[in-house]
Amino acid sequence: MRILVTGASGLLGRTVAAALIARSARLQRRDRIYTFQRGPSGVHGAEDRLGSLTDRDAVERAVAGVDAVIHLAAKVSFAGAPEKFDAVNIEGTRLLLDAAEKAGVADVVFISSPSVAHYGGAIMGDGAAPARPQLARGDYARSKGEAELLALAADRPGFRVTAIRPHVVWGPGDTQLVERVIARAKAGRLPLLDAGAALIDTTYIDNAADAIIAGLERMDHAHGKALVVTNGEPRPVGELLAGICAAGGAPLPQRRVPGWLARGAGAAIERFWAVRPGTDEPPMTRFLAEQLSTAHWFDQRQTREVLDWEPRIGVDEGLSRLAAYYGAAGTAPRIR
Amino acid sequence: MHGGRLRSQHHHDGTRLVSAAWPGVELGWSRRVSVPSRAAVDPPGTVHNWHLLDNGQELEERGLTPEGTLLCVHGNPTWSYLWRSLVQAATETARPWRVVAVDQLDMGYSDRTDRFRRLEDRITDLGDLTDALQLAGPVITVGHDWGGVISLGWATRHRNQLAGVVLTNTAIHQPAHTPIPAPLKLALNPAVHAWGTKSSSAFLRVTHSLAHPPLPKDVEAAYMAPYKRARRREGIGNFVADIPAGPAHPSYPTLEAVAEGVRTLDVPALLLWGPKDPVFSDRYLRDLMDRLPRADVHRFEGAGHLVVEDRDVAGTVLRWLGQRNRNDDGDTAAPVGAPTPATEPLTDFTPLWAELDRRSAETSTAVVDMVHGDTRKLSWTELAGRVRNLAAGLAAAGVKPGDRVNLLVPPGSDLTALIYACLRLGAVIVVADAGLGAKGLSRAIKGAGPEFIVGIERGLTAARLFGWPGDRISVADLPPARRRLLGVSHTLSEITARGAASLRAGAAEPRVPAADDEAAILFTSGSTGPAKGVVYTHRQLSAMRDAVAGTYGLTAGAALVAGFAPFALLGPALGATAVTPDMDVTAPKTLTAKALAEAAAAVEATAVFASPSALRNVLDTAVELEAGNRNALANVNLLLSAGAPIGEALLDELTGLLPHASLHTPYGMTEALPITDIDLEGIRGARLDAGIAPAANGSVAGAGNGVCVGTAVEGAKICVSPLDGTGAATGDLTTEAGITGEILVRAPHVKSHYDRLWATEQISSQNPGWHRTGDVGHLDSNGRLWVEGRLGHIITTPQGVVTPVALEQSIEIADGVGRAAVVGVGPAGAQVLVAVVETVPKASEPAVANAALAAAVRHAVALEGAAASPGLAAVVVVPELPTDIRHNAKIDRARLAEWASKVLAGGRMTSP
Repeated sequence: MRILVTGASGLLGRTVAAALIARSARLQRRDRIYTFQRGPSGVHGAEDRLGSLTDRDAVERAVAGVDAVIHLAAKVSFAGAPEKFDAVNIEGTRLLLDAAEKAGVADVVFISSPSVAHYGGAIMGDGAAPARPQLARGDYARSKGEAELLALAADRPGFRVTAIRPHVVWGPGDTQLVERVIARAKAGRLPLLDAGAALIDTTYIDNAADAIIAGLERMDHAHGKALVVTNGEPRPVGELLAGICAAGGAPLPQRRVPGWLARGAGAAIERFWAVRPGTDEPPMTRFLAEQLSTAHWFDQRQTREVLDWEPRIGVDEGLSRLAAYYGAAGTAPRIR
Repeated sequence: MHGGRLRSQHHHDGTRLVSAAWPGVELGWSRRVSVPSRAAVDPPGTVHNWHLLDNGQELEERGLTPEGTLLCVHGNPTWSYLWRSLVQAATETARPWRVVAVDQLDMGYSDRTDRFRRLEDRITDLGDLTDALQLAGPVITVGHDWGGVISLGWATRHRNQLAGVVLTNTAIHQPAHTPIPAPLKLALNPAVHAWGTKSSSAFLRVTHSLAHPPLPKDVEAAYMAPYKRARRREGIGNFVADIPAGPAHPSYPTLEAVAEGVRTLDVPALLLWGPKDPVFSDRYLRDLMDRLPRADVHRFEGAGHLVVEDRDVAGTVLRWLGQRNRNDDGDTAAPVGAPTPATEPLTDFTPLWAELDRRSAETSTAVVDMVHGDTRKLSWTELAGRVRNLAAGLAAAGVKPGDRVNLLVPPGSDLTALIYACLRLGAVIVVADAGLGAKGLSRAIKGAGPEFIVGIERGLTAARLFGWPGDRISVADLPPARRRLLGVSHTLSEITARGAASLRAGAAEPRVPAADDEAAILFTSGSTGPAKGVVYTHRQLSAMRDAVAGTYGLTAGAALVAGFAPFALLGPALGATAVTPDMDVTAPKTLTAKALAEAAAAVEATAVFASPSALRNVLDTAVELEAGNRNALANVNLLLSAGAPIGEALLDELTGLLPHASLHTPYGMTEALPITDIDLEGIRGARLDAGIAPAANGSVAGAGNGVCVGTAVEGAKICVSPLDGTGAATGDLTTEAGITGEILVRAPHVKSHYDRLWATEQISSQNPGWHRTGDVGHLDSNGRLWVEGRLGHIITTPQGVVTPVALEQSIEIADGVGRAAVVGVGPAGAQVLVAVVETVPKASEPAVANAALAAAVRHAVALEGAAASPGLAAVVVVPELPTDIRHNAKIDRARLAEWASKVLAGGRMTSP
């Protein structure tokens, strides 16, 4: 089986590609794993097909001769011009789906985000609601929502599409959450919003990769559906951040900031960043403030049944691995 | 606006109104019928156009044959929309009913007749309509508000077809000398009437505002829709004006005829009531119960005038109809709704007062009160004499067999004498303890509706203040002004004297009540919702005495300290001397070691009954004890701790104070007390069997996971109904070890039924002969019961159902933890576990637990839980867990769960 993983330069894409290669060996198969992104994936045993998602020729080359596509490539950011998000996340996905179908690809796993169905309130044990881009918070969520709707609409016999929404993926090597948290904590700039009591469900990186591959294996059941994937272990956000800090050798957050203040400040900073777009990420966005001050946890029953999958690594075990990673590598991130 | 639009649509269609603006109403139900009128108010040949909600056609289209017809009549100022949930439920149920819900003339979307229609006309109108519909087969009338009267008018005139009556918040009779309810008086006041009912929509709005919780906006709009303009509100004003406020009113004779006719109805009746109704209060319910003595009654505590909106009236009616079907099918011989008591027939029956009678010649001590250092003793002769005189005096004061007598009297010899006098007389004692709080107590007493209240001054003041029903009898003699102010009609000393005089004059002793007559209504603690009245018969009270006597070997000649009220009343029944210690019995914590020892010394006590919080205080004040005190306690050979669970540690401590006592604690509830018993040795053995360190062997199947409450008491049987994935106890009854389910009990001393809670009773007695306790637990292979929590407190996780108690116990062992509660947050079936803990020392404010504490608590749970059980999502620290006011012991997990889901959603930390 020939499988293309787009966006394999990121942590999750890299892990998925590596897991596919390991699986092939374990099952004594001769799967061929290709990756597609602008730079080298660094995944041993994968064949990189380089290019941009906005380049039709490159995309057509990437999907040529492929049986299945796992589409992770996206613009993931809290800041940036809306058009940039549209170009990569919406048009790039449209291009990929189109090219894949023409190239005879049978199955597509579209990697989405629970934020496509998050409108700002607390999520406590809900299932995967349909994406509603017009209500989404921020350009990332909006554009991913549009893309997910496109992807699921493309599902038909012979060209099956599922959408997997991993929630807050973390683990060793994660720059999105883990390293930011540790770096800010070391700089004394990590506040706890409100009481730090909001329950947040997260996904340890290996579990997310397993679930994505299960999406491919269980396409008979998963196609046409959007499935939120998490560890199914919600924790108070304060406890979670403290655990990450401890693993990274950073001091525990001490300062408390009311959530409304952070959300307001985040919105103001977002507006400021919008007129002064830079390559850096704003220190606080309304989206991030909402993520850290309201509960986000999900009913995993349907996901686990459809994917016939269970997370292997619990939160506590994940934190131990994180501590081992930073302890052994001595690579605790520096302050930016 | 809606009305206009709807009407124009009606012209297009001809027979139907479009009901899109009426949430909850299916299009096909709305129809119009032309009905020739025979009402006296109309000229001959008049035809009226009626609007109805009617599911007849839908049932026909679905090929369903209805069981019969529910003829639903709304009151003022609503319309057929009131019954939409009933139409829906009756359509969807397995054995459907046709529902014809009318808009009365001049109301809703029926014709405005421009005539003043009186009660007589309206009853005729309803008959005209059913004739026009050619309604055949059995009919059950359903009425609300003044629609109740009209529906009963129809019922009394269509007896051949009538199969039952259902009434919700209505009134059939206005006693000649009692004032009509104040809000109606206001509406009838000429200065208010026209403005309030016609010119403005005030009457409509006030009525709609009576919903608890408030009506959704769109529903309120639908109620308002047919009454948008003053001209369309004419009927509302006339309806109010037609209320017969007195015998001179033109509609009074019809009302009287209906009210008397109701007494002759011989069909099943169901009365569903919202007690928070400023107009149709409980007194009208009691009047209806008097006229329909076999009616099934359910009071929805907390619901109001619009009870159909407030609660699941439709579901209750359908369940009741289902019951009726079963009876028709011959599945059971019981009449509709007759409670099936979870009791077994007794061959012999010894009334509660038998021992008192037997000892009436003895001069030894029967009861002792310890009051502020004073010891007041009554011999058996004196007590028996007081009871005789009181019974005769109460009878002379008008207390009849079956009358309810509420006793607002603290434990002691007065209460004891009153209880035995009432029982002997055949009056039903109503006992609700002050621990319910003023509001809870008030709800309980209004619900029970006693004919008499006997109280100390504080109780009578509350009765006056809250308007509790019943003639008032004062325990103490009062100054005349005070007596008038409190509305006291008798005092206890007057009644005793009167009784003594009448007996001396040769009056016969009251007739002895039958074993199966109602004897007592005891109220639950209210820790799981509003307090419920639990009805016991004489036979069941006697069985309670026998269970206590048999289980604890309490024979005649024993002497007991009664620090726990419910068992205290059994003293004379057991032939035991009973002493009430010097304490505030409503606040168990006020029992000191000294007071306990002095009480024990006064009667040379062999047994002590007390609650855990009282015992805690006894230990805390034990330093006050002198050698003599300690000697008195050393005589005690039985300690019974009741009212709440007691820990092994507390019992261990007590062995020092009561060195020769065997320490027992029963498990039970107001509905069945006791069910099981265990002693300290038993608790220790259970801990070892459960594999809880130290020195565990873990060899008994089913041991562990909960609090071991011991084995069934004499005469009691226990089984469980296993839980399904949603936490509902739907499984077949089993006694297999280790199977968790709702605990069921069957014993001769289980309650007869819940008072005026038909639907609750149905649930609790759905397994004939058994009482569903609402507790969850399992049996072990030694026949011991392990309680895991309340049915309402179980947690439904994706990994399965989790009960809280065992997890809490394991958490409480962790270092730095005081008490703990485990609750679920999230939707049913997808819940996660949250531990809410008190710390030692106490935290000053609620917060998420720090890393060390969270780790310790999670570790404790991981040790306890089976491999498949989910871990804790969060550990939250609080200064103090909320508990019930009555026992200060039962943790309010429902409230905690609600609080936890709010706090863990994010936002500010609050206190539970």
